[in-house]
Amino acid sequence: MARALRIDEVDNVATLLSQASNGEIVEIISCGGSIIDRVEALESIPFGHKIALIDIGEGEEIIKYGEVIGVASKPIRRGEWVHIHNVESVRLPERRV
Amino acid sequence: MEFYGYERPDGSVGVRNHLLVLAPIDCSFEPAKRIAHQVEGAVAVTQHHGCGLDWMVAHNLIGIASNPNVAAVLIVGLGCETLNADIIEEGLKPTGKRVERVIIQEEGGTIRAIERGVKLLREMAEEISEQRREPFPLSKLTIAVECGGSDATSGIAANPAVGMAADLLIEEGGAVIISEPQEMIGAENYLCKRAVNREVAEAIREMIQRQVRRLEAMGVESRYMSRGNIEGGLTTIEEKSLGAVRKGGTKTIMGVLRNDWSGLDKPKGGGLWLQDGTGWDIGSVTHMVAAGAQIVVFTTGRGSTVGHAIAPVIKVTGNPETYRRMGDDIDINAGTIIEGVESIREVGERIFNLIIQVASGRKTKAELLGYREFAIFKRDRAAERLLGFC
Repeated sequence: MARALRIDEVDNVATLLSQASNGEIVEIISCGGSIIDRVEALESIPFGHKIALIDIGEGEEIIKYGEVIGVASKPIRRGEWVHIHNVESVRLPERRV
Repeated sequence: MEFYGYERPDGSVGVRNHLLVLAPIDCSFEPAKRIAHQVEGAVAVTQHHGCGLDWMVAHNLIGIASNPNVAAVLIVGLGCETLNADIIEEGLKPTGKRVERVIIQEEGGTIRAIERGVKLLREMAEEISEQRREPFPLSKLTIAVECGGSDATSGIAANPAVGMAADLLIEEGGAVIISEPQEMIGAENYLCKRAVNREVAEAIREMIQRQVRRLEAMGVESRYMSRGNIEGGLTTIEEKSLGAVRKGGTKTIMGVLRNDWSGLDKPKGGGLWLQDGTGWDIGSVTHMVAAGAQIVVFTTGRGSTVGHAIAPVIKVTGNPETYRRMGDDIDINAGTIIEGVESIREVGERIFNLIIQVASGRKTKAELLGYREFAIFKRDRAAERLLGFC
């Protein structure tokens, strides 16, 4: 069984500790090591990449480390791979001087 | 909880009892090294930015010699340098530690300088050999956290585990320093939110913004993510930076430590402190040690060998394969998190316990190898002026 780490309790994604294949059940574990959820991977997801823990609507925030790491550029379903194909940085160009 | 360290005249506590042979310029570094070689427990350091008086360099040399891990200092100067023994000695006055000097041009060359230097250093070695470790509270400890050679495991294993240890140390009253402002780009909101007050939040934002502007002036895109980062699973610069700053833990940020021509700040008490430093590992570690860190905790994914001239470096990898291949260099295997054998909390506690053991004298892998990395980083003053930073 594949495993994924949810670092902060408000996170809506978890990071794969081993590769997950399409249809595989992924055990979601907390920083303390307990299993907090089991999510079916809806596609193959590589090690170190993220899996969605809930359905995330387009424009909604992606939370990891308890913080916003980007926004969904399209709807993401629970169990889907979360990466550059469906997430955009919120670091806006106008922030640059 | 307590550790066993060496008390210094100014009330600070060393975790090591080094004799520092300090060449304020590299012109006198060869004789300085030869002097240090003759006396057990001595280590020679210098800087490579020339002999003109650059206060950023001077503050850092004084900071290193002031670090409580240094029991006594022998300055070995050439004689004609502007960044000279007087400046170092004056800067060391508040520490109350013994400082001696040998000036090569005054002594009449290398052989005489070495003879006098070795005599002085042996005398100092004899004196400090009587010092004994005594118990002190963890509030006397400051650690620096650093990362180098990151990989996909860094942000999810080694950094969160070291962050957990950092939080535990702060709960015991200790201080933690984190630097590398370049790696904070994208984590501004998160860091500012954790600032103790608005003034500190503003200082954090300004420090990171200066780094963004330096990168832009160099023609580098500050939101840059390498292909390796993306292939490893990092999606945005925010995610990358949040993973990097995680090694500093989750506590309140007490302040930004200045590190420039105007001064080198030290933590004013326990808690988490950000240093305005560099992303160059050895320079970054040296600046945090100059700001008073007695121990360095260094996370690596692909593997690193670094130690430091005066501070023990505890290396932690989140990659179980790296630990298997480079266990001679790495102190803590946080790869157990990836393998599901241990939780982040368990590894964090293991790191925290090792910090206390190392503070009490246990040697790190880099110390066992005799590694003594040291480098002082200096910003380009002309560029800083053109950017309006000084």
